[in-house]
Amino acid sequence: MQRRHLATLALLLAGATTAVAQSPDWNKVRIGVEGAYPPFSEVGTDGQIKGFDIDIAKALCADLKAQCTFIQQEFDGMIPALQARKFDAVIASMSITEERKRSVAFTDKYYKTPARLVAKKGTTLVPTAAGLKGKRIGVQRSTIHDRFVTDTFKDSEIVRYTGQDQVFLDLQSGRIDASMEDAVAADAGFLKRPAGKDFAFIGPEYNDPKYFGTGAGIAVRKGDTDLVAKLNQAIKDIRANGTYQKIEKQYFDFDVYGTAK
Amino acid sequence: MDFDAIRQSLPSYASGALVTIWLTLAALAFGMLFALPLSILRGWPSRWVAGPVWLFTYVIRGTPLLVQLYLIYYGLGQFEAVRDSFAWPWLRSATFCAIAAFAINTCAYTIEILHGAMRAVPAGEIEAARAMGMTRGVMLRRVVLPAAFRRMLPAYGNEVIFMLQATALASTVTLMDITGAAGEMNSRFYLPFEAFLTAAVIYLAITMGLVGLFHAAERRWLMPWQARSS
Amino acid sequence: MLQGYGASLLTGAGLTIAVALCSLAIAALLGVAGAMAKLSRNRFLRTAAQVYTTVIRGVPDLVMMFLIFYGGQLLINELAERFQWNDVTIDPFVAGTLTIGFIFGAYMTEIFRGAFLAVPHGQREAALAYGMSPAQALVRIVGPQMLRHALAPLSNTWLVMIKSTAIVSLIGLSDLMQRAKNAGSSTQEPFLFYAAAGAMYLVFTSVSELLFAWLRQRYAVGVRQVRI
Repeated sequence: MQRRHLATLALLLAGATTAVAQSPDWNKVRIGVEGAYPPFSEVGTDGQIKGFDIDIAKALCADLKAQCTFIQQEFDGMIPALQARKFDAVIASMSITEERKRSVAFTDKYYKTPARLVAKKGTTLVPTAAGLKGKRIGVQRSTIHDRFVTDTFKDSEIVRYTGQDQVFLDLQSGRIDASMEDAVAADAGFLKRPAGKDFAFIGPEYNDPKYFGTGAGIAVRKGDTDLVAKLNQAIKDIRANGTYQKIEKQYFDFDVYGTAK
Repeated sequence: MDFDAIRQSLPSYASGALVTIWLTLAALAFGMLFALPLSILRGWPSRWVAGPVWLFTYVIRGTPLLVQLYLIYYGLGQFEAVRDSFAWPWLRSATFCAIAAFAINTCAYTIEILHGAMRAVPAGEIEAARAMGMTRGVMLRRVVLPAAFRRMLPAYGNEVIFMLQATALASTVTLMDITGAAGEMNSRFYLPFEAFLTAAVIYLAITMGLVGLFHAAERRWLMPWQARSS
Repeated sequence: MLQGYGASLLTGAGLTIAVALCSLAIAALLGVAGAMAKLSRNRFLRTAAQVYTTVIRGVPDLVMMFLIFYGGQLLINELAERFQWNDVTIDPFVAGTLTIGFIFGAYMTEIFRGAFLAVPHGQREAALAYGMSPAQALVRIVGPQMLRHALAPLSNTWLVMIKSTAIVSLIGLSDLMQRAKNAGSSTQEPFLFYAAAGAMYLVFTSVSELLFAWLRQRYAVGVRQVRI
């Protein structure tokens, strides 16, 4: 009786789990992506995820000669999921910050763009802590913009959303007075679309490394130093052989890598 | 198990709990308020009266609460006509949208529960009431509704608890309820297990209070139907 | 009309149904077992079942899902380290189905318990008096009558379950809800896609309601029903 129960349990467990042989030489890599941050990542009509982040990821995998699978994950659960081994690397426009470095390891950057505030065109809002007192500022939860706005605009009401697209929706409907996000994501994902025609940037570009880090990198679990090294080499390779520039041109007409900064 | 992080987050959980309780009570109150008259209409012999109510419960019960919530909060806000209307000051508030969505949802389910309970009143009792010359109104008040309320207690208890858990969805439209507090803790400390376990414990505490209440009610009003130990 | 996302939504819909049906099977089994445990004379069984239903009903599906998904994975990771397995991951489909089945098993326990209680006690007594064993009394006499009483709350719960499958989108399953969300966010027309998803769920529910109405009709044979 006991043995039969144990056998059933074992069978159940076996059926419920799929063993993924984690090759230390990384020829199979699972990559966590967001799919809700155009133009860096979004879901196309065929249900497949596409965007700048995805194309860079594919190029890196090709350089590493590794087989990559993409796993969609909401941004605020990205690092916990990485630590829980849902995937091995995060390519989701995640900025390299000291705070994050305490939990994960990062490769070198693969692009760097500033952050900006967005509000209605012709607004009288002054982008200072005093000027935004009592106003509602929307951000995506767990981002660098979230941290910055929470610490800087202490007298404002910070409203946090799970997806950047929800921030834009509420900005458009007037539920929030301003929002902060990546300048490029705001431009391509909102301002240049019909929904964002009445909105514009206000204030300066923000790039204080304390909050905004040193660019977007690939996050990896702390112990996987060999993966970090491999990815760094791959990034150097695709920048050297022109693959990076080819992908960059498809999305942007400016330098998104941030060589000057 | 990082208790320090939990301790730091307790204030946001506490205020989240208040939001959760408020949302639940408001939704249930409004839901029941409308469900009572509507459930009577639901059982009306005339198809023109019962029909629209049936359609309402059909559509609401047929679609996920998340979809209903998103449609009310994000969907309606998408249209300029709505934003310029008189309803906008209400619809602008996430709390109002959430309570509206939850109340509409529980109303539909409560209508069905009440209606089912009313139909389950033994046919003999209805016939006897009619034979005694009771009008429909009197019969409802003195025979059907008291019996229906008793009968629906287990199912309505389920519904109340569903609604408490359903309020967790409010966190998806920026409201800082218990689940919202857990999400914050998760995104600050990267400790999903601690964050959601704390949330689970708090919800459990509230639920046990409610379950105790309903068991007491069942003991009082469903005495004839309790299990015998023979 | 759906800007090219139609096929994607349909694929998601298929996955939603698969998850719902598998969860239903698990939940029904757990529900009957739980109800019998709750009504049994054995105090240990009663307490165990009570703890089960209380804990599950006491925690939102959302929170439960995260706990099982992250917590379960962390547990498996630790076991994997200890036993030197290669990294083992739980398939999101299995994680989602187990979670929902487990959650709704608790609700089914309450429903079946209420339904058992609604069957007149005399039915069981008569069955035992006739010499049937308790198991026979359950299967032949009490069970079928119990089902009739259970059908209405069961239909409610089944409907809730189909829609609860939407939460599996949070653990990476590309079901109907997830695909609608993605489409809405890419096109910035959430209303259209949520309405479309809602319509699809409505189709599922309609079919289910028809099924339950037929079942109710079948099980109500011999019971007088009077309109108020």
